[in-house]
Amino acid sequence: MVPPAHFTSYYGRPVLKASPWTDDIPTYLFLGGLAAGSSLLAAGADLTGRPGMRRTGRLAALAALTGSFAALVHDLGRPARFYNMLRVAKPTSPMSVGTWVLSGYGPFAAVAAAGELPGFRWLRPLGRPSGVVAAAVAPAVASYTAVLLGDTATPAWHEAHRELPFLFVGSAAAAAAGLQLVLSPTSETGPAQRLAVAGAVLELAAEHRMERSMGIAADTLHEGRAGRWMRTARALTATGAVAGLGARRSRLLSSLAGAALLGGSLCTRFGVFEAGQESARDPRFTVVPQRERLAARG
Amino acid sequence: MTTNPALDAGWVDPPPRKGFFTDTSVCIGCKACEVACKEWNAVPDDGMNFLGSSYDNSGELGGSTWRHVKFIEQPPVDLGMPSTSLPGSEGTKSDFRWLMSSDVCKHCTHAACLDVCPTGALFRTEFGTVVVQEDVCNGCGYCVPACPFGVIDKRIGEGVKNEGLAQKCTLCYDRLHDGLTPACAKACPTESIQFGDLDELRERAALRVEQLHGAGVPQARLYGEDPDDGVGGLGAFFLLLDEPEVYGLPPDPVVTTRDLPQMWKRAGLAAATLLAGAIAVFGAGS
Repeated sequence: MVPPAHFTSYYGRPVLKASPWTDDIPTYLFLGGLAAGSSLLAAGADLTGRPGMRRTGRLAALAALTGSFAALVHDLGRPARFYNMLRVAKPTSPMSVGTWVLSGYGPFAAVAAAGELPGFRWLRPLGRPSGVVAAAVAPAVASYTAVLLGDTATPAWHEAHRELPFLFVGSAAAAAAGLQLVLSPTSETGPAQRLAVAGAVLELAAEHRMERSMGIAADTLHEGRAGRWMRTARALTATGAVAGLGARRSRLLSSLAGAALLGGSLCTRFGVFEAGQESARDPRFTVVPQRERLAARG
Repeated sequence: MTTNPALDAGWVDPPPRKGFFTDTSVCIGCKACEVACKEWNAVPDDGMNFLGSSYDNSGELGGSTWRHVKFIEQPPVDLGMPSTSLPGSEGTKSDFRWLMSSDVCKHCTHAACLDVCPTGALFRTEFGTVVVQEDVCNGCGYCVPACPFGVIDKRIGEGVKNEGLAQKCTLCYDRLHDGLTPACAKACPTESIQFGDLDELRERAALRVEQLHGAGVPQARLYGEDPDDGVGGLGAFFLLLDEPEVYGLPPDPVVTTRDLPQMWKRAGLAAATLLAGAIAVFGAGS
């Protein structure tokens, strides 16, 4: 922690604008990760003969994907113009890249899930190939959102850009594996249990490292609303990881671990989101690091 | 000579890059620029607020504030120079100094808002400026946190024109097409806001700083004129009389997309980690 440095500002007003994004966006960050992780687990379950996990994973991916789409469209200033995202493909815009990644992922995840539903049994033969394609794109779905936040002037997001992708894929893995621990038969969930613990450990480790690399912007992860989200996230994720170790011995422990990991992932997304918003609102996080940068340059 | 972002954007044989040089040393805080901008561009009102910050009641640049005059009241600067008043005379000439500055979109050479826009609504004009196409923008809001100056914002207000869309200064794109000066510069009574070819404005600004230094104003400095800064230089740059942050400007702005290749690399590495992890957990037994 850096001691509060003296700095000047214009009437204490922000230098930057906080994003106009609402809770739709952290909700999407969570659901997108859940969908991606679920598709990976569903494909693995399908290929290793775990029908319960396959079904849970595919349906969870579809539900989370639907929720993601709703949240993303709802957050637009003109929701009816959402399709303007498809006018261009811009590698300099993580949101454009994300649009195309989701466009490549969504249909395959949806077809794989549809085969699990009563009215769409004729799609069953497409389940495996679609599920495998969805799983191949899924890691990009889970990690691009870190670039989406990092590629802004918002101090707590930009300064976190090295570790944020690891935090987000860890969070995605923990959430999706957590859901499996809650819903799938314990006889099948060995891989989910391992992914749950590994995801939670990665989430905790990446967050720990991130805080040490982002300078004073890390303060926003400890204060106010963001601080509460992050503390809750750490407690839930750690609980989930420990409970997850015994998840296959007890149905109750499995459900408990899964619920804690889902909650931890959700809190992480809201915490990171809120920390960024706060770092943009306080001119200290803009002026002080830039002054230090100038001073170092001489 | 400076780089012309219009060429980089694919314009063939574009006109010289246009911009603003805002010389805050002659700004009198009349707000004619704010009014002219609103009138010409039909920008809706941004609220009748009392902010308690000197004469500044428009607060900040935003979706409905494309020019914003800042007012800073400072105690006198003691330069340690001999006094100009006669020995024994009472008082000094002034007990404080005014800083006034008309802020605007900087029309960056490397514009983060334009880089991150996912619809192509933001584009680089043939004049090297950055403009939002209001019929294309879908109000995703990504440009807002991307801007290192906090300029662009979504327009708020029930039922107002272009509600929910990202809005900012266009450097009067319509007027430029007809060879006219942007409304704010046209209305500025002291030529604090100067419009013209950017190359020429930079020369003029360098002379003005020299002149002010010679006249005993050592605090005068240019802001955003350097093409080698973190945003490649500003299309709308300033002469300031104090540190940038005093005016609410970032001291060392950097376009966020400068780090984008590294960000994609890290995201790719993280994605590979996730994929490898998912494969590994299925390969490790029941």
